[in-house]
Amino acid sequence: MKILVCITNVPDTTAKISFTDNDTKLNKNGVQFIIGPYDDYALARGVELKEQSGGTLTVLHVGEADAEPQIRKALAIGADDAIRVNADPQDSYFVAAQIAHIASQNSYDLILMGRESIDYNSGVVHGLVGEMLGIPSYSPVMKLDLEGGNATITREIDGGKEVLKAPLPLVLGCQEPIAEWKIPNMRGIMTARTKPLNVVEPVSVDDMTVPQTYRLPAPKGACKMIPASEAETLIKLLQTVAKVL
Amino acid sequence: MSVLIYVELDNGYIKKTSLEAVAYGAKVAEKTGGQAVVLALGKAENAELEKAGKYGATKVLHGADAKLEHENSLAYADALVQAAAQEGSKVIILSKSGLGDAMAARAAAKLKAGIVSGVTALPETEGGFKVTRSIFTGKAFATTEIKSDIKVLVVRKNAVEIDEANLTGSNAAVEAFQPALRDSDFTASVLSVEKADSELSLTEAEIIVSGGRGMKGPEHWQPLIDLAKALGAATGCSKPVSDLDWRPHHEHIGQTGIKVAPALYIACGISGAIQHLAGVNGSKCIVVINKDPEAPFFKAADYGIVGDVFEILPKLTEAAKSLK
Ligand SMILES: Cc1cc2nc3c(=O)[nH]c(=O)nc-3n(C[C@H](O)[C@H](O)[C@H](O)COP(=O)(O)OP(=O)(O)OC[C@H]3O[C@@H](n4cnc5c(N)ncnc54)[C@H](O)[C@@H]3O)c2cc1C
Repeated sequence: MKILVCITNVPDTTAKISFTDNDTKLNKNGVQFIIGPYDDYALARGVELKEQSGGTLTVLHVGEADAEPQIRKALAIGADDAIRVNADPQDSYFVAAQIAHIASQNSYDLILMGRESIDYNSGVVHGLVGEMLGIPSYSPVMKLDLEGGNATITREIDGGKEVLKAPLPLVLGCQEPIAEWKIPNMRGIMTARTKPLNVVEPVSVDDMTVPQTYRLPAPKGACKMIPASEAETLIKLLQTVAKVL
Repeated sequence: MSVLIYVELDNGYIKKTSLEAVAYGAKVAEKTGGQAVVLALGKAENAELEKAGKYGATKVLHGADAKLEHENSLAYADALVQAAAQEGSKVIILSKSGLGDAMAARAAAKLKAGIVSGVTALPETEGGFKVTRSIFTGKAFATTEIKSDIKVLVVRKNAVEIDEANLTGSNAAVEAFQPALRDSDFTASVLSVEKADSELSLTEAEIIVSGGRGMKGPEHWQPLIDLAKALGAATGCSKPVSDLDWRPHHEHIGQTGIKVAPALYIACGISGAIQHLAGVNGSKCIVVINKDPEAPFFKAADYGIVGDVFEILPKLTEAAKSLK
């Protein structure tokens, strides 16, 4: 069983977002970066499956060197080795093309990643990678078990869920409760230091989309407080002032 | 040249978010020249599909092959690409959902097309094709230029204003569409499907009443459900609530759950952690009910009531019932 887990390096969920260079770049000053929370679920399940099946798990990141602490963390959690594609990706298509290129050189049975990154929220990389490799992709996956050459997948659908059985190889976009997030232990952290982290250069891809500028939403107006003793007046306000009823 | 819009069907009906996508696509077609063509896959009556015309579509392609009845993003993406080829479409539009993103991604890879997901407004088409989308889970927006010849857009709810009372389009012509189906898209077998049929889906709902840990336990949900019923609203919850199994997982709203954009979001006993806010910041109007006046949610709210949810909810339900 060969598993590839793709991780993003994203601002912490509580980070205050701002931009620099005439609103063309994210201001990384004072922002703490983490492994994408959905990717973290994918990694946790990947590690469990690797332990069950006695396979290998490679973690892959497409991005710059400042992601290395997060890549080391993934190694500490249980990945055997890591690959970093050295690039500053501009869109999902570019990232997917890099992942597909790495995957085409190594026959992985399972390619896991989060359902979406929490920075650009596109949720399309798994689909792009699947199509580029000519294998099925499914998302968002809430439960994943392997048996023989098949995966049993519980997928969230609008207002419910669906259980699928599909032959490997597969690309899956993961979300909770596929596994519990894992916290690296001391031994993991020590061994992670010596696990291989290979840096490779990207393959060239045509520019599909080019980011221009970023902006913050308009600030929210003040909250109108209604005394609890007059709670019922809220409904009238919603109807006549806010006009949402 | 044409704009192709994929519409999702739910029990034979076009989803509301998909009708918005049609209206969006029709506006793009107006700007870029050409027609707005709709693709629908699965079971539906012509009388329902024609409706897309009211939102600006000129034609609806209907793939009714029995093999397409069950949602299958792989086969649907194949069908989408074939429809785009048949119609000579340069812009392909889907509404944001798990299915929309999956189809859009696979279609974009097949077509070597630039893809932008989470689009929040109509494109600018003067001097390049530029779209605005939501990023950092609603904390910011990005404007992106799409350079490729074919462009794939996944649009969010409320990306275009629709005046339901004054729709000007007439019924669209419905044409049968039979895509070539590939066995490789049908390698998975569906073991089971669990769907809460009667419930209003959160992504479609215009009103959502949502509960947090302040609701104290699953046995105390009735007052919240009563208000939701009185308002014709869907019900949602915070992450700990679904983690604790007080409510089903598909109700979980926020950064790691569903992102919603209703006209009205009523939060009951939810503190307003940044990760929860990330899922609701697309709402037009937010009401917060919390006993703690310092709860961070009030900062993101339009209306707030400081008090005990269990005293306030029944009062709101009474007032809501006497509305109609
Ligand atoms: C990476 C990450 C991702 C996350 N993703 C999400 C997500 O997607 N969605 C999400 O919701 N959370 C998410 N969280 C968790 C989030 O940080 C908060 O812990 C969570 O939102 C808190 O839920 P809550 O408001 O229901 O509970 P609490 O924070 O415990 O708040 C309960 C509130 O109820 C009020 N209350 C209590 N009793 C009453 C009463 N009788 N009447 C009125 N008010 C009352 C209290 O004053 C309090 O404000 C995430 C966290 C992390 C780290």
